[in-house]
Amino acid sequence: MSEKFDVIVVGAGPAGTSCAYTCAKNGLNVLLIERGEFPGAKNVMGGILYRKQMEEIIPEFWKEAPLERPVIEQRFWFLDKESMVTTSYKGLEWGKEPYNNFTVLRAKFDKWFAQKAVEQGATLINETVVTECIVEDGKVIGVRTDRPDGDVYADVVVLADGVNSLLAKKLGFHKEWKPDQVALTVMEVLKLPKKTINERFNVGENQGVSIEIFGDATKGALGTAFLYTNQDSLNIGVGTTLSGMIKKKMKPHKLLNELKEHPMVKPYIEGGETVEYLAHLIPEGGYKAIPKLVGDGVIVTGDAAQFVNAIHREGSNMAMSSGKIAAETIVRAKEVNDFSERTLDVYRTTIYDSFIGKDLKKYKDAAHTFEEHPQYFEQYVPLMNQAMNTFFTVDGTAKWDKQKKIMKSLTAGRGKLGVAKDLYRAWKAVK
Amino acid sequence: MNILVCIKQVPDTKIIKVNPKTNTLDRSSAPAILNPYDAHAVEEAVRLKKIHGGKVVVLSMGPPQAKEAIKKCVEIGADEGYLISDRRFAGADTLATSYALYKAIQKLMDEDGIDLVLCGKHAIDGDTGQVGPGIARRMEIPPLTNVIKVEEVDPAEKMIKVRRKIENGYEIIQSTLPCLLTVEKEINEVAYSPLPNMLRAARYNPIVWTVDDLKDVDMKQLGLKGSPTIVGKMWPPAKSDGAQMLDDEGDVKKQAEKIVSLVLEKRELFEAKGGER
Repeated sequence: MSEKFDVIVVGAGPAGTSCAYTCAKNGLNVLLIERGEFPGAKNVMGGILYRKQMEEIIPEFWKEAPLERPVIEQRFWFLDKESMVTTSYKGLEWGKEPYNNFTVLRAKFDKWFAQKAVEQGATLINETVVTECIVEDGKVIGVRTDRPDGDVYADVVVLADGVNSLLAKKLGFHKEWKPDQVALTVMEVLKLPKKTINERFNVGENQGVSIEIFGDATKGALGTAFLYTNQDSLNIGVGTTLSGMIKKKMKPHKLLNELKEHPMVKPYIEGGETVEYLAHLIPEGGYKAIPKLVGDGVIVTGDAAQFVNAIHREGSNMAMSSGKIAAETIVRAKEVNDFSERTLDVYRTTIYDSFIGKDLKKYKDAAHTFEEHPQYFEQYVPLMNQAMNTFFTVDGTAKWDKQKKIMKSLTAGRGKLGVAKDLYRAWKAVK
Repeated sequence: MNILVCIKQVPDTKIIKVNPKTNTLDRSSAPAILNPYDAHAVEEAVRLKKIHGGKVVVLSMGPPQAKEAIKKCVEIGADEGYLISDRRFAGADTLATSYALYKAIQKLMDEDGIDLVLCGKHAIDGDTGQVGPGIARRMEIPPLTNVIKVEEVDPAEKMIKVRRKIENGYEIIQSTLPCLLTVEKEINEVAYSPLPNMLRAARYNPIVWTVDDLKDVDMKQLGLKGSPTIVGKMWPPAKSDGAQMLDDEGDVKKQAEKIVSLVLEKRELFEAKGGER
């Protein structure tokens, strides 16, 4: 005889666990199903955890969660072949409560987070793959797993099964993502002594740095690279849209190796022993790629719903918020015992009214614009570097003449009108 | 038929690192898993239970987190799980371990009879294979080690017939019940657990006993105090130089002479005492 739960959540990542935690906390009988050996075993992100959305689920989580370092400095590198223009912000207030964000290792963090959901009363099973939703009269009533006697039922099924979301696809909520709607990120965890990291990144104990890298790191393709400090390891990775990778005929592992060998990067990571190699797809289709979010007895959250803000490299926070909003919707649906699409639609409207919907809308054309007009990544980053070089090289030229020269070189490639157009287009895309 | 399976949580030695200074296992470098041989023992117990009825009870000694290994057994199909966990058990060698487990088994037997005890051939972190036979000796039941197949069981007649792996083949032997088997991996394939087992395991909370829950315990036989084994020295096995091929154009006689001279040349290797080379 198959069991019935109030809620089945598929996938124990940030979205799924947030949902399971919130549902269980509100007294619902929740089953959380994870395909990995344990939650976090298969989960990948660059490594930045945002405090705000996590705190809304577990207040003061930093007191017990397995975090790496609070980020006290964010650096941005505009990388050329042998130079870079950098900008950064360092604030010691970020190193104190309530902090801003943290570096984390997902294998540790997700395991802890899922355990918190279990403590709230959720039932967690690992190493189990959900193969499809069980649909009856157009309504999702449970899931089928790959295990013997593998059917299990619930009033609501929450799909938090990640970027590919085969389950949502099977329900017809979205089609196969197009190559420009997903990015492929490859990363490594490099082991280095804590002391070496502190010295190289110029930070103290328990202070972290995040570096976002643009330009040569992706060979001009739309994408970014990153370098984050953990306690005694570094996360280094690079990601570009699949379409960019195809267009430029790049191999992801080669891109990462080249990044590691880059003269600006190498001194930071020298001697690091690779302890993990990870690759993952990131949904970067943005606002326009958001699939159908709600059906009878089913809700889609997190990466499965394309909730990623590629411009600000935010995703896990959106996943958490969407999981929480899904849970709150279900709790209310349970009160009236109605799990139809109409009732659950509160989830969709709440999402669109939240920072998730608003931020994704703000940048709805950004990825497309930068993809269609490669000059932003291909030409302007080297130009910035050349401009800085011209301006700061002391060679007896008057500064005013230098400025003229810089302006000339800036407009030489695309013409004054071209540059003005580029600026306007970029501003429009992100305004 | 009531079957008891003794299991152990071990570090996954496939990926564990060895501390280069002390040559001890760095247990933090590998996840804790159910000893693979024990998984086969539980699987066999569940298989026998399906045929003969009764129940499968799992017993382990270890730190509180060893509950996870017991839950894994519930996934495979065990009915109940007990963990004896107490600082006073810590540091036990195989002698003290079998004593502590035996004390727990006595308590279990106060409630229900045990018809068969199963253990894995050995734990992959120590490879001694002594705890199983140690328990059998204390229970005064026959130990049948390295079992690769249960040929026949007759709970009514209190008889079991098993196939044992021996150096150059196998043997089939018969024993009275109760007895203790230690099993090889060949005995079965651990099946992919059905979903109801997974749900049951997720919610299952193994029963934990401390020393105080056990009766008539001789404290001198517990933990470090009860462990006469002393680890004198540990070293990684020397890397072999690889084989030397003697072909001598296929001349068998020449090859034989060469082997004899090589053996004589390296005779001190054969005379050295264990651990002294």
